[in-house]
Amino acid sequence: MIMKLAMAGLLATTVMAAVPAQAETLRLLTWGSYAPDELVKKFEAKYPDITVEVTFSNNEEMIAKLRATGGSGFDLAQPSHDRIFAVQQEYGIYKPLDLSKINTDVMQANLLDGVKANTTIDGEVYAVPHQWGTSGLMANKSLAPNISAWGDLCDPQYKGKTSMRLRRTILLGMAFDMGEDPFAAYADLAKYQEILDKVADKLIGCKDNLKAYWKGGDDLSAMMMSGEIVASETWDSTAYKLYGENKDIVFVPPKTGALAWIDTFAIPAKGEADDAAYKWINFVLEPENVTIMSASTGSMASVKGAMDLLPEDKKEAVNAAFSDEAMANLKFFANIPAGVEDMEGKTLEKIKAATGAE
Amino acid sequence: MKQNDIKRLSLYLLFAPFALWITLLIVLPHLGMLYISLREKVAPRVYEFGFANYINFFNEPIYWNTLLRTGSMSLLVTVLALLLGFPIAYYIAKIAGHRTRGALFLMCLIPLWVSDLIRAFGWILLLRETGVISSGLQWAGLINAPIEFLYNDATVIVGLVYTVILFMIVPLVSTLDGMDDSMIEAGYNLGGNGPTVLRRIIIPYAMPGIVSGCIVVFMLTAGSYLTPILLGGKNSSWFTEQIYDQFITRYNWESGAAFGFVLLAFTSLVIWIGLKLSGQTLNSTVARS
Repeated sequence: MIMKLAMAGLLATTVMAAVPAQAETLRLLTWGSYAPDELVKKFEAKYPDITVEVTFSNNEEMIAKLRATGGSGFDLAQPSHDRIFAVQQEYGIYKPLDLSKINTDVMQANLLDGVKANTTIDGEVYAVPHQWGTSGLMANKSLAPNISAWGDLCDPQYKGKTSMRLRRTILLGMAFDMGEDPFAAYADLAKYQEILDKVADKLIGCKDNLKAYWKGGDDLSAMMMSGEIVASETWDSTAYKLYGENKDIVFVPPKTGALAWIDTFAIPAKGEADDAAYKWINFVLEPENVTIMSASTGSMASVKGAMDLLPEDKKEAVNAAFSDEAMANLKFFANIPAGVEDMEGKTLEKIKAATGAE
Repeated sequence: MKQNDIKRLSLYLLFAPFALWITLLIVLPHLGMLYISLREKVAPRVYEFGFANYINFFNEPIYWNTLLRTGSMSLLVTVLALLLGFPIAYYIAKIAGHRTRGALFLMCLIPLWVSDLIRAFGWILLLRETGVISSGLQWAGLINAPIEFLYNDATVIVGLVYTVILFMIVPLVSTLDGMDDSMIEAGYNLGGNGPTVLRRIIIPYAMPGIVSGCIVVFMLTAGSYLTPILLGGKNSSWFTEQIYDQFITRYNWESGAAFGFVLLAFTSLVIWIGLKLSGQTLNSTVARS
């Protein structure tokens, strides 16, 4: 993939060799599907003096990479909105955005304001929203018609037929399911520890009910498609992809509310191509590019009218999953305060190491 | 005089790649890790010097339990690899003809031509509930419901033995190869039977190969990451996974680095004990084969 891009870049530069423009490289650090070939080519055609290099990653590795270099090596990163504030305070790996260079008018006001509120430090804004989506449940309706809450994954009637990823999402989901509000408890870490302990007990008791913990979208898809499991915790985009192949597999927003994340644009502290980065941001906000992007990511862009800009098959999957109330009941991930990652990490280790249930 | 200079220069030149490799890729990174592991995080961007990261390790049963688990499973893998590898090595070195030897050796090597990751996925395709073996058994009528072979410790051990057995076979073949057949004949002539010859002649002779194979296999297993993660189940934590989690998901490089050193110390200790028990030294084993 990167080879291909590099090749495309090489071609682009040779074609443009006649133009004496100084070639610039835009080094993107982003998620697996967030830089589809089609868009990269289109961008390079529009800005012939910019070459795009893409590195695929995830939240944790993005931060680890930027932390290792003190924020150099990349010109644009796309961490989730809740992973910026504490990380920036601790490691200083991003630089403030110049909002006047970003076409913020086209963004959905609530998402933009939400991200701004989450990522403002000393009056400077560090991120604007890009794609957003939810984590919730996925069920095969013909085999598991009654899945409607996080706790249903522990329902003995589906013993050995459910799965989840052993990460913080399931801790939060299960906390909501038990009637707690973990995000409110972020302000009082002792209270949060209590909630985590309760959740840990619940999830340890639930272990026996699970087939396995999934580790990535691919093994989750394989287990779901083969019918080895009938329900799982999931990202909505994975569920939408499977819906395209089997109409029985739908995304189910849990009744306590699906957990919503927003992936953002943030510029690394030692990025060397800020102008190109702003150009890319504005470029992917253009309506026809939003559709191409959403077809690849399976998620919605945070622009006005994003629903209408979804490709047809995704639109159908979203409509099959979300009612208006479910949409209004989204729980946006709250900023992770310092220390919470450690508490959650310990809880996850405790759950993984527990053998009591077997 | 001039001759001497040239000799010395060529010695330096020969030594240089090794010295560079050792300092740049082994010594410096470890010093960096050691430094990080001795930092305590007290507040954002504020660190103090101390041993808290190591103390944390010993205070948290989950961590040292995982380390002991990893250690004991690695020992089991080493023993299994030895039990399986010894007959294979003996056959290749002593029984097989000259031409079949090359072919047999090649067959042991071929699995190494694809990456760890691909091999793990191969096992997944074979062993999963809807996989080849389960459906094959159903088709043959031997079982009437699909069986899940994946996601348990036994699978992890099988996968690891498969990955590392070659590193047991190679040193064994090379030591057994150097053994004169007449020693075995003499053993029989003096009235020994099969087991006695094996116990009193072959094994003592092959000891350096056995020990060096065991050392390499144990180190590779205890430090492996992909196989235990991909094949393991809900309860199978592996210590390397814990190091990864500290570094990547918890942003806690300090404690990740400390864990790295704990693992290094632990494996070194196990190997030291192994050498003492078998009466071998590093010089007589790894350096020779």
